[in-house]
Amino acid sequence: MGHFVRTKAITRLLFSVGVITWLALVLTDLSIQVSSANNIKPEVPVWLPGIILNLFILALFYYYKLKIERDEVLNFVDLLWRVFATGLIATVTSLAIRLVEFLLNDTKLTTHIIFMDLIYLINLGLMIGFLMMAFSAWKRLILYQKSKWLLRLWAFFEYGLLITLAYNSFRIPIVEWLYGTLLGIFVVVGLVLSANMKWVAFLNFRQKWTSLLLLLLTVFYLLYIFYTNRALLEGIRNVSPYFTDYRYHIFVLSLIVFVTVYSIFSFLVILFNLPTTSVFEQKLEEVVNFQRISQSIQTEQSEESVYNILLETSVSSVFADAAWLEINSNAREQKLFTYKITDKESHDIINHLNSHNIKGVFDQGSEKTKNLSKHLASLRGSRFRSILAFPIYVKGDNIGTLALLKELPEGFNKEMTKIVSTFSNQAGISIENFRLMEEALQNERYKEELKIAKMVQKSLLPTLLEQDKDFEIAAFSESADEVGGDYYDTLRVDEDLISIIIADVSGKGTTAAFHMSQMKGIFHSLAQRDVDPDSFMIQANQALVYCLERGSFISATYFSINTKTKKIRYARAGHCPVLFFNAGKKHAEYFKDKGVALGMVRNKSYSNFIQAYDFEYKCGDVMVLYTDGITEAKDSKGEEFGYDRLLSTVCEVHSLSAKEIQDHMIKKLYEFSGTDNIDDDYTTMVVKFC
Amino acid sequence: MIHIKRLQEDGADIIALIGEIDASSSIELDLAIAKSVGEGFKKILIDCSALEYISSAGLGVFMSYIEEFKDRQIKMVLFGMSEKVANTFSILGLNELLQIGKDKVQAKQIVNEL
Repeated sequence: MGHFVRTKAITRLLFSVGVITWLALVLTDLSIQVSSANNIKPEVPVWLPGIILNLFILALFYYYKLKIERDEVLNFVDLLWRVFATGLIATVTSLAIRLVEFLLNDTKLTTHIIFMDLIYLINLGLMIGFLMMAFSAWKRLILYQKSKWLLRLWAFFEYGLLITLAYNSFRIPIVEWLYGTLLGIFVVVGLVLSANMKWVAFLNFRQKWTSLLLLLLTVFYLLYIFYTNRALLEGIRNVSPYFTDYRYHIFVLSLIVFVTVYSIFSFLVILFNLPTTSVFEQKLEEVVNFQRISQSIQTEQSEESVYNILLETSVSSVFADAAWLEINSNAREQKLFTYKITDKESHDIINHLNSHNIKGVFDQGSEKTKNLSKHLASLRGSRFRSILAFPIYVKGDNIGTLALLKELPEGFNKEMTKIVSTFSNQAGISIENFRLMEEALQNERYKEELKIAKMVQKSLLPTLLEQDKDFEIAAFSESADEVGGDYYDTLRVDEDLISIIIADVSGKGTTAAFHMSQMKGIFHSLAQRDVDPDSFMIQANQALVYCLERGSFISATYFSINTKTKKIRYARAGHCPVLFFNAGKKHAEYFKDKGVALGMVRNKSYSNFIQAYDFEYKCGDVMVLYTDGITEAKDSKGEEFGYDRLLSTVCEVHSLSAKEIQDHMIKKLYEFSGTDNIDDDYTTMVVKFC
Repeated sequence: MIHIKRLQEDGADIIALIGEIDASSSIELDLAIAKSVGEGFKKILIDCSALEYISSAGLGVFMSYIEEFKDRQIKMVLFGMSEKVANTFSILGLNELLQIGKDKVQAKQIVNEL
């Protein structure tokens, strides 16, 4: 703000200096004229007006420098408008003076030297003001999109001209050749600078027409002002030898040549650029479109909006009459985004091309963009005569096709193909980004879900197990990162009867935890009363049929321990066979009897696939229940822990307590796998009788 | 990792499973069987001779087709299982629900008898 205020103050000051110096110039010059007209030696030195003129030029120079060069808001047409307006004011003022002169015609005054000189000085001031204005404006135009080299050349031109002011001020003896050379150099440099017309390309069609008009009038004003000054100068020269003559002023002359030449050049360049304007505008639009589609990577909320942007930008870039975008969301389903074409029309074209066995366009194996216009000619009733198709890739997979249509035959050229192919590539990247992002989110959600599932699973397992004077039970469950559905539980039915269950739900994650909770519900409701193990399984199967989805099942073994009869009755529904150590025989074995897992047979016939068995226990016997995570645990070589190893491990420590047997088993298991990162759930239940 | 090969012999579709079937590769197994069904095969033989391991998810795939095949009168026979893989099937009781042959010859016999 402070800077702005200061600049404004300085601008005003410079303007005042300009006015004052001009008045001073008038006064001094007129006094010299008066003296010389009366043939007396002038009181004012004859070189003074020259210096004052240069001061006037300097003041205007800096005035316009501040006013034009620092004004960021001005666009090209504004600049031309300012120059034109200045020219208009100068011309109108000059014409008004002419009118006064004309009205005073034939009076003595008009031929008086003082009057003539005054008019000349007014016109000179106007001309210089106009030139300085144009000079500042042209500077901005020339230095648009500048190079280092251009900047240096301009600096040489500008500062060189300012130095000639000094040369002119001090009347260093005019050497004809030096004067000529200097003028020549500045004219040539001005011409070279005039070749910089880059700004013209950035005008749109309308702006070009406006600029042409403004430039034409500007040139007209320049010529008028030069002519007027020239005529006035001639008039005075005939009468008086002492006056401020601009004809030997390098600065003014160079400026006249430069400003005029640049104005005419600009006019011609714009004129010849008119026919190609539409091409430039199109290119500019492409750039903008490309930017839009690139930005969509970061900002758009859905794949759909990327598809819509792709469709819009492609259409506007190649002036297509219609377009569609076919996206294969999966193998069977296709989604169609259309632009100025009905779904039916586009399907007609797709079917037509397909039925004529034209490979490459809608065939998703196509790798190249194809111009299929010739095939369109054979489709009756279609308004389109040109078609161009592009595949869209995401991670190397073709996810869809972009088709652009025109009513003109041969409507697409190579350039257009390139542009749209770039767009579709960019769109592919955008979509890929989305999918990665979505995947990451999904992963995050999945992890969160797993945490919950793990918590649920843990809470479903009992914290306390039934104990009895006849046996002790130890249980262990450790789950892998991916939650499985291992479940075990115990329930006392009455004084002599205890139920035990171990189950493994197929699948992982939340669904497994969910099914596990159903299993728990079934166990706790059915085992309340004395139920035969096979009928427990039949009822459980019946209940689960309605909630297990396709391909899911639960393996389980249900035990009913009678401490009075010392008998165990059990049913195995597809679960790992029971490992039983007979202390009397010093022998361990697996009970491999029949039984199909729950949920595998989803009708009443399940009763044919399940059976209950009995065995007796004695003190010292050990019953080991486990899930397949234990037997399928692998070592570093990929070998499984297996049934034999499990059996011998139990035999080693059969005399210990349930807890100790279990600890030994788990220890052996971890030793075997050689890692703490298990990839399945380890669940065991050890029952030691005594 | 599973590699699945298909070939047709005597009007039967033979699907050979090579490698291991776990939770993720079971989807491929499911797709292969679904494709065979989609192509209208009424006799499907599953060659398990190069199947090293099958998880419960893989077993679930076979299980899920049992009822559908019964309704549509499609015959499926598995054959050539290693002892370990056969054990996995029998523990779950799937050997009672599925037709399992010793080798291809026996499997063809079973499929033609049914």
